[in-house]
Amino acid sequence: MTMLDDVRHTMRRDQVWPFLIEKQPPNIDVSHNVILYVEGLSVSFDGFQALNNLNLYVNDGELRCLIGANGAGKTTLMDVITGKTQADSGQVYFGQTIDLLGKDEADIAQLGVGRKFQKPTVFEAQSVFSNLELAMKANRGILPTLLARLTAAQFDRIDEVLETIGLKEQRLMLAGALSHGQKQWLEIGMLLIADPRLLLIDEPVAGMTAQETERTAELLTSLAGEHTVVVVEHDMEFVRSIAKTVTVLHQGSVLAEGTMQEIQNDPAVIEVYLGESD
Amino acid sequence: MTFLAQPDVNLAPKTLTQRFSALHELRDKAPLFLSLLFGVTLYASLCNLYVPENSIFHVSTYTITLLGKYLSFALLALAVDVVWGYCGILSLGHGAFFALGGYAMGMYLMRQIGDRGVYANPDLPDFMVFLNWTEIPWFWQGFDQFWFAMVMVLLVPGVLAFVFGWLAFRSRVTGVYFSIMTQALTYALMLAFFRNEMGFGGNNGLTDFKDLLGFNLQADSTRVALLICTSVILGLAYVFSQWIMNSKLGRLIVGVRDAEPRARFLGYKTENYKVWLFVYSGMLAAIAGALYVPQVGIINPGEFSPINSIEVVVWVAVGGRGTLYGAIVGALLINYAKTRFTAIFPEAWLFALGALFVAVTVFLPQGLMGLIKRNDVENNDVEKTQ
Repeated sequence: MTMLDDVRHTMRRDQVWPFLIEKQPPNIDVSHNVILYVEGLSVSFDGFQALNNLNLYVNDGELRCLIGANGAGKTTLMDVITGKTQADSGQVYFGQTIDLLGKDEADIAQLGVGRKFQKPTVFEAQSVFSNLELAMKANRGILPTLLARLTAAQFDRIDEVLETIGLKEQRLMLAGALSHGQKQWLEIGMLLIADPRLLLIDEPVAGMTAQETERTAELLTSLAGEHTVVVVEHDMEFVRSIAKTVTVLHQGSVLAEGTMQEIQNDPAVIEVYLGESD
Repeated sequence: MTFLAQPDVNLAPKTLTQRFSALHELRDKAPLFLSLLFGVTLYASLCNLYVPENSIFHVSTYTITLLGKYLSFALLALAVDVVWGYCGILSLGHGAFFALGGYAMGMYLMRQIGDRGVYANPDLPDFMVFLNWTEIPWFWQGFDQFWFAMVMVLLVPGVLAFVFGWLAFRSRVTGVYFSIMTQALTYALMLAFFRNEMGFGGNNGLTDFKDLLGFNLQADSTRVALLICTSVILGLAYVFSQWIMNSKLGRLIVGVRDAEPRARFLGYKTENYKVWLFVYSGMLAAIAGALYVPQVGIINPGEFSPINSIEVVVWVAVGGRGTLYGAIVGALLINYAKTRFTAIFPEAWLFALGALFVAVTVFLPQGLMGLIKRNDVENNDVEKTQ
């Protein structure tokens, strides 16, 4: 009798079996207005301390610039946040609840952390359009990818992003044929179309002309608010033009944080960073 | 690509659109390729069965068998192109999957011999009687059923490819390290199959087959039927692989080849994609082996030899990677050349093959199909300036 009850219970028509319920991505809890917590983070490579007890808090919707001399740990920090490098100690939380350490790159990307590499990396053998199609937010399973067809809404979304990154004319060009600056934009576009909460952007204006730099600055400023943007950049002029808050890294930890004005007048910063460049 | 069919593509500059679609039509050579394949198969079959032997149009049974053999090799080359040309995984061990498929088919054919063997033992194949075995080992159970053997043709190489691929791709083994591991895999299997105690006929392998599903393997009609089967399966495999490569999955696979970190940071678990592609490819190779064995009438551990797998890679490189039909053309051309060359001047064949490989690598990095592609792009440029 109990078995019959079990079957009846299982086959009840007012419920959906758990395995049929589509998995929802976990909610990112930003109730304290902070989207990224990095606490006490240390990483060393063969004895070299790349990150040393680093603490960093990024607010939701903010545009944050990270600056620092070569070897200050900027790229390593991004590697740890995106799951490429394992941390020795410390914590990285995305929102209040999601622990990023121990997750792999793909999982972290699916949670909504987008990353642009230092060297523009796009799928060179494919069209600009295909690049965006592949980056688009969709089920990343193998069968769904095999059977995927673009809907009209997705077409519009791709067009919208093409408009934003100014590559509408080049949509059918092979990505490998784009100029350096256009590749940088395409890569940013690929991040945008995945609709991430947090964008980590490594040296977006390296190798760009002044005009391209200006357009990139506009693009990044327009993204902040809806997305949280963290930019690593060497070009101080560029940083000055976009940043509200700047964090200075030095030897794997945070040296100073504040507005550009405050940073420039900070004696410690002048000594180790700005002083050197002059 | 699907989006070319959309009307709003006109927004792009016209010449670019033209150029892009021209390149694309080139990729989609399926109708031409299939009609050629089936045309030749049909012609050869009819001319073998219905044209009298003294006519100049008669196609000998030897040629039919040879064609069938070439087409199985073409399927093997297609399998290698799927992983190497599209995903950049250079497997130097696809001969292992081919041979395993062949062995599964061979085991079925051995069981079909029944009491017609030299020792006339109704239960045991000859080599087991010779080794004084008294009963059939457990892993030979079920191979008297055709369906079971066919399931094993796919299952055994598929599981091997899955386990091997899973271990390799999870640990992010790529490039030349992966290639060396695949060589080791096929070499290890060769050594294992050479042992008599393995129970697969040792050095001599499996041979002296009599019939397949009750049809005499020596009969002309069976040979023709096998050729037609091979041709149809090759055609299906081509169309299916082309379909995969034209889908979003195919574009992602090419993306993994060109910029794997980018794909990973976009949220794709690239190792899973690689494992499944490797399994698919291994299964195609196994089917090729299963089609090959009844046509040549023997399978022995020599098929596992590492040099065989390397030769397949040469076929694909010569034909042109990443086009599917290029691999097939390469396999057919080189095997034909091999048949002719080894008849005339056997010692020089390996030198000729080596020289061909070097020449293609240096002068035609895209293979023979690269020539066609290049011409087409140039023609297009001419059109543009006119």
